[in-house]
Amino acid sequence: MNRIGRIARSFGSFWWDFLIGDTPELFVAVIAVVVVALLLRHHHLAAVIALPAMVVVSLLVSVWRARKAP
Amino acid sequence: MTTTSTTVLLLAVFGAATVEMVEALTIVAAAGIARGWRSALEGAAAGVVVLAVIVLIVGVPLIHYVPIDALRVVVGGLLLVLGLSWLRKAILRASGLKPLHDEDAIFAATSDELNQGGTPGAATSKRDGAAFVVAFKGVFLEGTEVVLIVVSLGSSQHRLGLAAGAAVAAAVLVALVGALVARQLSAVPENTIKLGVGVMLTSFGLYWVGEGSGVAWPGADLAIIGFIGIFAAITLLAVASLRRMARPPLTSSQVAG
Repeated sequence: MNRIGRIARSFGSFWWDFLIGDTPELFVAVIAVVVVALLLRHHHLAAVIALPAMVVVSLLVSVWRARKAP
Repeated sequence: MTTTSTTVLLLAVFGAATVEMVEALTIVAAAGIARGWRSALEGAAAGVVVLAVIVLIVGVPLIHYVPIDALRVVVGGLLLVLGLSWLRKAILRASGLKPLHDEDAIFAATSDELNQGGTPGAATSKRDGAAFVVAFKGVFLEGTEVVLIVVSLGSSQHRLGLAAGAAVAAAVLVALVGALVARQLSAVPENTIKLGVGVMLTSFGLYWVGEGSGVAWPGADLAIIGFIGIFAAITLLAVASLRRMARPPLTSSQVAG
């Protein structure tokens, strides 16, 4: 593999590990938070309740998943 | 931007840089003691310079050329991913489900690895390539997350210089403490700092995702303080619950006694 290919591969690998790594559920949850924020941008009260709740639930689910993991 | 978000920005960047620099300094100290300080310090300095160049190359164009709302949504998402993964790790460590980060073990492992690499450079007047590379990698890899936090928080609030200054202050403080106490870096309450920074990054992330999307948070950026309270309370409750679940049930004789 040439030098540029190696750099691109290690760059991609860094972002994969950083964004997804061993917690893909958190990445999916954050995408969901962004989508819901955009959908609810004209419904402020719903957004103010739903967005923090989604973040809390995603954290607890991820911790629970780690606890259950062997 | 008001004092509230600026204060939280400073605390978040300073805390994150402290945690990562403790880890980096452990590796630099191991390289310095095992192979010679000159090359280890040169490697560490080279790592800091490369990180600073990345902040300038990535951060400045972000501020000047990317629309602020789009930047805030993307940055908020990145901060949420980073903050939630730090919080998750800190909760698992605080509740005993994952071992605490052990600086002494990292120090011993790095020293052993370097001691197997031939004659140390300190014994001669030559530079030691192994010490340089290990110290450079330690500073660069541990500093990458700090750069992401500096660039994202700094660019979304147009306070890149302030964020970079807080990171540099933390690095200098850790280096001074490290120089004074030598190998006692394991005494730094790393997991507690990580937990606090995780709460702040998650709060900032949620705030910016909402702001960039057009959501009006009650109290404007005072909402960040509200999020910090909510996430801190949930985190402490989660740690307490997991500790209680991890504790073995009492036997009948213990109950009777």
